[in-house]
Amino acid sequence: MDEQTKSVTSSKQAPVIEPGYTFATVTDKISAIVLQRPTSNGWFVGFGIGFLLTMMMLFAIGYLFVRGTGIWGVTIPIGWGFAIVNFVWWIGIGHAGTLISAILLLLRQSWRNSINRFAEAMTLFAVSCAGIFPLIHVGRPWLAYWLFPYPNTMGVWPQFRSPLVWDVFAVSTYFTISLLFWFIGLIPDLATLRDRSDNRWAKIIYGILAMGWRGSARHWHRYETAYLLLAGLATPLVLSVHTVVSFDFAVGIVPGWHTTIFPPYFVAGAIYSGFAMVLMLAIPIRKLYGLEDFITERHLENSAKVMLATGLIVAYGYVIEAFMGWYSGNRYDAFTLWNRLHGPYAFFYYMLLACNIVIPQVLWSKKLRTSPVWLFFISGVVLVGMWLERFIIVVVSLQRDFLNSSWGMYYPTRWDWMTYIGTIGMFLAAIFLFVRILPMISIFEMRTLLPEAEVKE
Amino acid sequence: MKRTPVYGLMAEFDSATALVAAAHRTREAGYKKMDAYSPFPVEGLAEAVGFHHDEVPLVVLTGGLIGCLAGYGMQYWISAISYPLNIGGKPYHSWPAFIVVTFEMTILFAGIAAVFGMLALNGLPMPNHPVFNVPRFALATKDRFFLIVFSSDPKYDAAATRQFLESLGPRSLSEVPG
Repeated sequence: MDEQTKSVTSSKQAPVIEPGYTFATVTDKISAIVLQRPTSNGWFVGFGIGFLLTMMMLFAIGYLFVRGTGIWGVTIPIGWGFAIVNFVWWIGIGHAGTLISAILLLLRQSWRNSINRFAEAMTLFAVSCAGIFPLIHVGRPWLAYWLFPYPNTMGVWPQFRSPLVWDVFAVSTYFTISLLFWFIGLIPDLATLRDRSDNRWAKIIYGILAMGWRGSARHWHRYETAYLLLAGLATPLVLSVHTVVSFDFAVGIVPGWHTTIFPPYFVAGAIYSGFAMVLMLAIPIRKLYGLEDFITERHLENSAKVMLATGLIVAYGYVIEAFMGWYSGNRYDAFTLWNRLHGPYAFFYYMLLACNIVIPQVLWSKKLRTSPVWLFFISGVVLVGMWLERFIIVVVSLQRDFLNSSWGMYYPTRWDWMTYIGTIGMFLAAIFLFVRILPMISIFEMRTLLPEAEVKE
Repeated sequence: MKRTPVYGLMAEFDSATALVAAAHRTREAGYKKMDAYSPFPVEGLAEAVGFHHDEVPLVVLTGGLIGCLAGYGMQYWISAISYPLNIGGKPYHSWPAFIVVTFEMTILFAGIAAVFGMLALNGLPMPNHPVFNVPRFALATKDRFFLIVFSSDPKYDAAATRQFLESLGPRSLSEVPG
């Protein structure tokens, strides 16, 4: 805590929290958003749009259950299509939440305290959106539970040498741990809401969720130990999740998938898109809810720096992919590169290079890095770019492999788009609900950032 | 008239520093059964109220080991004993392929152990507790710091303990009904 408070007071950068706040005002300001502030019309409009898009997604999925995956654009040779593109994209977005909450905690980056809560919420919602896709892509989704090892009368078990089974374990563990991490972070704040709420029902519900938290010194001690250990466990976990996702590809022999660069390059790409989503959410939220004092220029700038760094790792991945296409001497790898640059989907490859490598380089400028409008725009570009990256990996690699008699094209149908856009709606609706009913900034961790939190001898 | 039992005496302080100092002085005065409440984790407060042995790491380690062994054991039993499948001529017991799931299961069990172990050791969920009977205690989740000496302490004496806590300069002092 000593280093934390020092970094708040003595830094030359923009502060993590604007000066002049006390324990009481921090508490009031964040809890009032949930407890006192009237629900604005803008909230209803935003939530309504998200809700309608969710309904559209459910309609598309319902129709899929009736008709089967034939309504999608997936055909042989491109059997993975949008479902896997979107799965990887959403899982990647989730990574920033865990990175912010766990890795930055271990690295004692106190600025994380004001953005970890909603970044973790974002992780949960993104992983939920991601989880939909493989489940509906299995063809017979009512049998999706066969993915898990459970004793059954058929006497069959999953095949543990397959990365697809590893993925089931990695993603479900990731969701569970993220949920637990988010929930234990919420417990002290739920107690605050319980004690500050005037509404009887709100008091009861927050009270049940807070589980009788009373802030005892013994409880805090165990709590901090558990929180730190959980961060230590979540750190290798988050790195493993996208690594395992990349194994889905890298263990296969398809040219364009079968490379050892995939795990680190996938993890970097995940954090890249995740921070882009954090910024796209944080920038409007801090403006609309007047939280510029808590989510300061410093947070925006640091997130932009993480984006810039991970973006460069991603760029390195592209360079190595291209280099290996040539250097391996493998004609199929070389052709994959040629096909990306000159094939029918070449336009998207150039778009990808522009979105992920060229445009984000403007973040080298401090002026743009601290400008919310620019950051919002660049984050959007990065999210599009990272979606295109997964599209290129999944579709363009499968499109033309070893035998040209089995080449094909992939055209997403309206059902593909409805499902994809629908999950964005579901994500937005969940975020709107979250900011309305739970404290979007960790109140107790904000208190620890204040100079008064330090115990003087 | 029925006398309500007393759970303890509670003193309210304005700052974390004052609370830690008060806890130290109470301990030096010979009180053993006490606790402190703060709106955020305060450095050194748990030690000041005499809490030294934190069992959470052991619980997490146990959870992790169980997850690790269960994860690997499950895969071995399924792939080599119960349902052996020849996949590309790989051995039934292909241990490198089992590492990923073993790792995930280790993290999963350790994480679950961390959260539920912490809650269980803290005795949570506990929807009601005598300290909630003090109206001012609602501020313990906002900006106030509380110290309580339990009436079960051998040295506890309604008048003497009150006098002692008064001498620490609290902002308020209340008797906690049991």
